Amino acid sequence: MPSEPVSESDVVMSQEQAILNSPTPGQGATNVYELVNVTKTYNATKRKVTALDNVTLSIPNGQMVAIQGPTGGGKSTLLQMLGALDRPTSGDVSLGSSLLSKLGDHKLAEIRAKEIGFVFQSFNLIPTLTALENVETALAPLHVSGAERRDRSQAALESVGLADRYTHLPAELSGGQQQRVAIARALVKSPDVLLADEPTGALDEGTRDEIMDLLEGFWREQGLTLVIVTHDSAVARRAERRLHIKAGKVRDA
Amino acid sequence: MFGTYLRRELINRRRQTIIIAIGMGLAIGLVILVNSFSAGVQNAQASVLQSVYGVGTDITISQAATPPTAGAAGGGGQGFNFGAGQGATSGGTTNLSQSRLTATRTQTVFADSQLATVKATSGVAAATGTLSLENTTFSGQIPGQAAGGTGGTGNRQGGTGTGTGTGTGGGSATGGADGAGGSAFNLDRFTVLGIDPAGDSVGPLSAVSLATGRLLTAADKGTDNAVLDSSYATSASLATGGTIAIAGTTFTIVGTVDSTSTDSATASNVYIPLDVAQTLSSNPGMLSNMYVTAASSSQVDQLAANLKTALPAATVDTQADLANTVSGSLSTASSLVANLGLWLSILVLAAAFLIAILFTISGVTRRTREFGTLKAIGWSNNRIVGQVAGESIVQGLIGGVLGIVIGVIGIIVINVISPTLSGSASTTGTGAGVAGAARRAAGAAGGAITGGGGEGGGFGQRGAGGGGFGAAAQATTNIALHAPFTIEVVLIAVGLAVLGGLLAGAIGGWRAARLRPAEALRSVG
Ligand SMILES: Nc1ncnc2c1ncn2[C@@H]1O[C@H](COP(=O)(O)OP(=O)(O)OP(=O)(O)O)[C@@H](O)[C@H]1O
Ligand SMILES: [Mg+2]
Repeated sequence: MPSEPVSESDVVMSQEQAILNSPTPGQGATNVYELVNVTKTYNATKRKVTALDNVTLSIPNGQMVAIQGPTGGGKSTLLQMLGALDRPTSGDVSLGSSLLSKLGDHKLAEIRAKEIGFVFQSFNLIPTLTALENVETALAPLHVSGAERRDRSQAALESVGLADRYTHLPAELSGGQQQRVAIARALVKSPDVLLADEPTGALDEGTRDEIMDLLEGFWREQGLTLVIVTHDSAVARRAERRLHIKAGKVRDA
Repeated sequence: MFGTYLRRELINRRRQTIIIAIGMGLAIGLVILVNSFSAGVQNAQASVLQSVYGVGTDITISQAATPPTAGAAGGGGQGFNFGAGQGATSGGTTNLSQSRLTATRTQTVFADSQLATVKATSGVAAATGTLSLENTTFSGQIPGQAAGGTGGTGNRQGGTGTGTGTGTGGGSATGGADGAGGSAFNLDRFTVLGIDPAGDSVGPLSAVSLATGRLLTAADKGTDNAVLDSSYATSASLATGGTIAIAGTTFTIVGTVDSTSTDSATASNVYIPLDVAQTLSSNPGMLSNMYVTAASSSQVDQLAANLKTALPAATVDTQADLANTVSGSLSTASSLVANLGLWLSILVLAAAFLIAILFTISGVTRRTREFGTLKAIGWSNNRIVGQVAGESIVQGLIGGVLGIVIGVIGIIVINVISPTLSGSASTTGTGAGVAGAARRAAGAAGGAITGGGGEGGGFGQRGAGGGGFGAAAQATTNIALHAPFTIEVVLIAVGLAVLGGLLAGAIGGWRAARLRPAEALRSVG
């Protein structure tokens, strides 16, 4: 895990180029994601939609990646593959040593619980739970004691600047605050990767920058791999690497 | 987490919780109410039966007498024949009085030897025989000029009364219709039951408690001692220590008894030793009914079949058979419960379950993104299904508690209103022997029987003469319905609540389990 990813960006970039050109699965601990010939098709009502078309891609450990592309291009579908939310129609997806494309639902849920943090465009907080309880939901599957769960969740909320909002319900928080709670929820389990689908899409520019500062800060501090889907070039520009997806085909921008 | 999330969901989605709980509560409350009401009706039926057949009687044996030919004098009717010179005449008015003790309409159908047969049947724990009698005292005055004009000699032939004896309890005897040109007649009847004074562990007298004095004991065999039903004693102004005339013989009243079932009278007005009864009524060695206790309650049906084989001509009734003979508003209530109550509660319960299921499904649909998100952050299907099922079960349990409250309120209302139901243990047709017994209880229940009063024209005796074989004789007992609240009721409520919750939870959980975690990424919804 590179402790200072930015300073090593050149090394990372060249490494990544090599991987893109000669993708070999299981190349070592340096790549957190390996996608080989991944195709995802949906059987829509009338026609077959190819959301991902034979994608081969590696993402090195600790990289900050932005995914851009036109609507319907396959960004969310790619994120689903990375997030172990769905299996490809064909091809292989591996996260670390786990071959996600071949695992069962139960195992995938376990990997999501331990290794993957998610941030969504519309925050997706549980409306009936308080900010603190929302963060705690991320630790529920992890066999953590009640006291530890509370302590870690409070610390996570504190780290996103919401120490005074533990007992607020989502509806009592602004959009930016809700997204901070969601980030705390994603990070409280110390995941290997943080996946964000349009995390600033529902926020104004000022709040967008705050949230991006926050995410980038965590990425730097914790050395996690950060993948952000975005329409916003201002957001994409912060990333080390930009991928472009159009009609299911991925290329480096 | 499970508890917190559950609590937050139920509190914050209060409307859904309340609607499901109220639906379940109403349904469960109704089930409790119907159940308790039905138990109350059953208790009342048992109480009616007990007053007639006694406690611990598993089987009664009776036999239909051969019906007397219509019009045949002596076919069992009670005729009073006053000879021309009979009676004390003073000032042109003739005073007549005669008392006779006769077997009630079923006659004497069994001999002592048949009781021995019953006792010898395997599976019989105890058996006793009784002789059902009726004492009739006819007294009256005939003005001189009317003596031959109306009613002649006052000879009534019982056979003509065939089938008209529909007895309804609670009335008073309408004897002495005054159409007889100034004649005044009084007909006084009471029922007499000859019982084995040594064997009161089974039979009608087992359902009584001593009010005053003592019961008949083995030492009373052959003596002119009598025990009276206490309500009959009161109405006839008789008491322990006094005397009562039966068929011209003076009996000493040694005790009075109450029915152990609070609301009904005992089976007969007067109880006397069996041997004395047989002698006085000129029925030596004869019985009208037999009461049997089975050695094992599980063998009652088998025993009944055995007895039927041993006594082919007899009617063998088990308690279950007898329960069907209870008529009156009690039987109306019973069929109301069995039909309307049952179907209504099934219907309402089904509706409540449906409401719970539909609301749970719509709740899960509404929370698609919520469950998708939880799956995306690593919640397993089991955890989510458990959460949904947990919510449903708790909603069901709240409904169960509400149902108990509603049910208890309903039970309290019933018990405060305490509707009076009348039950009649009646046997029509075959069970004539039982009818005789039942009828005595009716008499004891507070009034003489008025059956077709006055229709004879002459003296207004009842048409229910000896020929009235097969007529419905009834022991009408008024019973205040008490709906019991039992632990069973609580178990039913909890069981139904959990069942409803599980059903809704299982269906809702199944829906939630089918949701794809990728749903979380949909920006709309
Ligand atoms: N569950 C599904 N069933 C059928 N078709 C789907 C499904 N999910 C996505 N698609 C289709 O797959 C293609 C890629 O969709 P995807 O959501 O990945 O696009 P996107 O790049 O995220 O678009 P946007 O920028 O609008 O979010 C689209 O044509 C879409 O209609
Ligand atoms: Mg998308």
